[in-house]
Order: sequence, then structure tokens, then C-alpha cells
Amino acid sequence: MLYSILIYGTEGLFDKLSPEAQEALLGKHRHLQETMRDKGKLGPFARLMPTTTAVAIRGGGKAPLVTDGPYAETKEALLGFYIVECDSLEEAIEAAKLLPLDVGTLEVRPVSWFGGEHLHAGA
Amino acid sequence: MADTSWIGAALAAARPRAVGALMRHFRDIDRAEDAFQEACIRALRAWPDNGPPADPTAWLIFVGRNVAIDDLRRTSRLGPLAEDHDVAVQPDMEGYLDDRDYRDDVLRLLFVCCHPDLSVTDQLALALKIVAGLSVQEIARAFLVAPKAMEQRITRAKRRVGAAGLPFETPSTAERTQRLTVVTAMIYLMFNEGYASAGGDAHIRVALCDEAIRLLRLLLGLFPGQSEVMGLLALCLFQHSRHRARLDRDGALVSLDDQDRSLWDQAAIREGRVLIEKALRKASPGPYQIQAAIAGVHCAAASAADTDWREIDRLYAALQEFDPSPVVTLNRAVAVSKADGPMAALAMIEPLSQALDGYFYFHGARAALLEELGQLDQARSAYQTALTLCSNAVETALVEKRLAGLDKKTAVPVG
Repeated sequence: MLYSILIYGTEGLFDKLSPEAQEALLGKHRHLQETMRDKGKLGPFARLMPTTTAVAIRGGGKAPLVTDGPYAETKEALLGFYIVECDSLEEAIEAAKLLPLDVGTLEVRPVSWFGGEHLHAGA
Repeated sequence: MADTSWIGAALAAARPRAVGALMRHFRDIDRAEDAFQEACIRALRAWPDNGPPADPTAWLIFVGRNVAIDDLRRTSRLGPLAEDHDVAVQPDMEGYLDDRDYRDDVLRLLFVCCHPDLSVTDQLALALKIVAGLSVQEIARAFLVAPKAMEQRITRAKRRVGAAGLPFETPSTAERTQRLTVVTAMIYLMFNEGYASAGGDAHIRVALCDEAIRLLRLLLGLFPGQSEVMGLLALCLFQHSRHRARLDRDGALVSLDDQDRSLWDQAAIREGRVLIEKALRKASPGPYQIQAAIAGVHCAAASAADTDWREIDRLYAALQEFDPSPVVTLNRAVAVSKADGPMAALAMIEPLSQALDGYFYFHGARAALLEELGQLDQARSAYQTALTLCSNAVETALVEKRLAGLDKKTAVPVG
């Protein structure tokens, strides 16, 4: 089964962390990536740009309406995600626990289907 | 013990909204800051065990407000003391504040810092202290003054703003637009304060740029349709993406042509590019968007030689429509010199000689063009004029280097 690990948190919080705390946080991400990669169970993962870069697309009257999205939420925003392959929900939860838990909320949500080609990271 | 550095970051991230809301509540800057400070102390006590509340900003506003009200009661002996809500306060904040409140609260907080009676430095110091939450020491370091002097300045500035009366009524649409323009210009100055002068503590200067970018992201989040805020954020991201390449090991300024482009922050460049694309969709151009587009062309070039100078020339022509100032023409001339050669550029800037006679960059650019044309004596004289107009050691060093280069060219070859 494929699971997504969705990372929610306050935007801009990472930038306010000290370089050491940032490094510690990224270290946990690398740890998850290495752990899952070693098992051949690591799918795509992404860190999203701030919501200020996003547009929202809604069905309009005649044509789809592209807007700048809602006003900034003070609540948590989707910051990034992983797709991992796990044998059970338990295993997916254990994998998610490798990530930093104090800077946001994680959601483990099973993946219904996914596809894609390999893209150059960070391009 | 669990790492709690995230709490400090969360408090800092919540600060502009929380202090803005508390200022509306108390109609007083100091009381709002104190209430936020108190709420932060309670957060540091409660959050490590309980974890962060679902909505930290609302939590801080609620607790800050109650603590301050209790203080008022205690000192004025009004009514009974409320129960201690140290840890227990986890109210359902849903709907307590909606984003429209935040929008005007944050804008108001920034706007009061821009009071026209204050000098630019005082405006920036106030915004860095109240909105960004930088310490007086940090702000003093940024402006190269003693902490005590900075403390007095900030206190004085606050008193002045308070005496002038804080604008608490909900702004009209026109007022909101006007406030946004004033505030955006102030944040641009904050960025430039960090970006333009390379003197002093490089670390704190980068921090000023970071704060300006953070405030622009916040504003854009609250006013998502503002294409000029998008443009300015993109501009700052593009400029700041080069900060690691702009100074050499000795702290000397490295010109764009000579920078190691592998040091440019590609994530910042990508974010800037997306914002420009987003802004362009609105078909509502403005000077910040055009300047951002110019900076974006530089950032897109793999090397100085690959720069699309024709495009930059076109963009400067568009910028002249908004801002027909001689400085814009001077900048355009640099692009023209790369696209059409130094002769055309020189012809473009000669008419500016009176308007820009006291401007360092005019004489520096003119000298470089003359040097390129091989008119070395005139170039030397222009560099020497530039030397008298330098405003910091980094600029002086740059001109002296160019003069030394001239000397080598004119020296009679030996042997």
C-alpha cells in the first residue's frame, strides 16, 4: 500500500529557527529519506513554496476562474509531502514519526493511485 | 528534554498578527507589546508539555489580553481577580478573529510605524522593534549606533506616534490602498538598508533583508491580489538570492559580472520567478514588478555574457514610463552599453550630467564607459569625481581598484 505523509505547519516558522535547529530538522528528513530509500520504499517527496506563490482554480460560470487563493490562514498550511510504500498503517505511522513533530502536524493518508516520471529534483 | 527552539520560532511568526490585534484592543503600542510579551512567557511554560495550541496566534492574543486585563484589575483594584488561566486557556478560538481583522491589524501596525513625522531610520527602527520583534541591540547594530541611543530613539518615536493618535477606525478601501502603498515603500527601504550598504555587521544586514522579505510575504498573504506587493517580494527575493556572492572574503563588494553564480540561492530565484508570473497575469504593471522583471533577467543568466541586455533595455524603457527619473535612465544606459556599445550609452547619459552631478553612480558609470572607449584621461577624471562622492568604504575600495587598473593601462611598458 502507498501512503502519503502530509506535513502541515505555520508558514515562515522554519525561517525563524536558528541554523542549528534548521539543520536538526532537515537531518530528520534525510533520515526518513535514507531509511525508506534503503528499503526501496521511497516515492516522490516535495517541499512546497509558500502559499503566497499559489493560485486557486475554481469552476466559474463560463470559464475556470483563477484567483490568488484565500487570505492567508493563521492555521496550518500544507508545507510538503512524502509518498512511501508501507506494508501496514503501523509502518507508515512509524515512518512519519521519524519526521520533526514539534513544528507542525503530520497526516498519514493512504494513496488511492499515483503515477509520474522521474523529474530532476529542484528544477 | 525535548528541543523547544520551535516555540521561539512560532512566537516570532505569530508576532505581527498578535501584536496588531492587541494594539487594536488596548489602543496602545506599549501595552500591546507588554501583553504579547506576557503571553509569550506563558506559552514557554505551557507549550513544551501540552504541545502548541491549534491556533497559536489566537492563543497568544487571548492570553495576552486576559493577562493585561488582570493586571489592570489588580492595579486598580477593580472587581475580583480572575482565576489563573496559565495553562488552562485552550479556548475554542474558531471565529474569534477572522482574517479581515488580521488584515487591517497588521496593516495598521506597520502603518503607524510609517508616521510622516518620523525620519526614515526611526520608521525602520520602529517597524523592526514592534512588528518584527528584533531586539534593541540588533537594531542598534544594524544602524551602527549605541544600543542606549537606539533605545531612546525608539521610545521617542513611539511617544510621538502615540501622541499623534493611532488610526483605529476600520479604513476605507481608498485608505487601505494608501496605507498599503506607504507600508510597502517602507519595507522596500528596510530591504535596501540591509542590501545597499555593505558596511558594518554583515550578519545583521542579512537579517534586515530577511525581515523585509518576511513582512512582504505576510502582507501578500493578507492582500493576495496586490500585484505590486508580489512584484516587490519578487524583487527582494531576486536581489537577496545573490547575497552570498556579493561580498568577497574581505567584505569587498563583488560586481554582478564577477560574482560566482553558483552561490546564488536558486530556491529564492524560483520563488521570485513564480511571483512575477503570477503578477503578470493580472496585467496591472507597476514599478516594483518591472524592477523585479529586470532583476529576474539577471538571475536567469548563466553567466554575465549570457544576460539578455535587449530585454533589460526594454524593461527599463517601460520603467521610465512610470518613473521618468534620471537614475532610471542611468541604469538603462548600462543595459544599452552592453547591447549597443559604450558610445550609445554615453550619449544617453550626457544630458543627465547636471541632474546627477552629485551622484556617485553617475560618475562611476560614466567613468567605466569612457574607459571602455579608451578615453583614459577623461575616465580618470570621472573616477576621481566619483571618489569624492563615495558614501562608504566598500564604494571607495571599488573606485580605487578601477583607478589602479587605469594606471596599469596607461603605464609606459618597460622593456
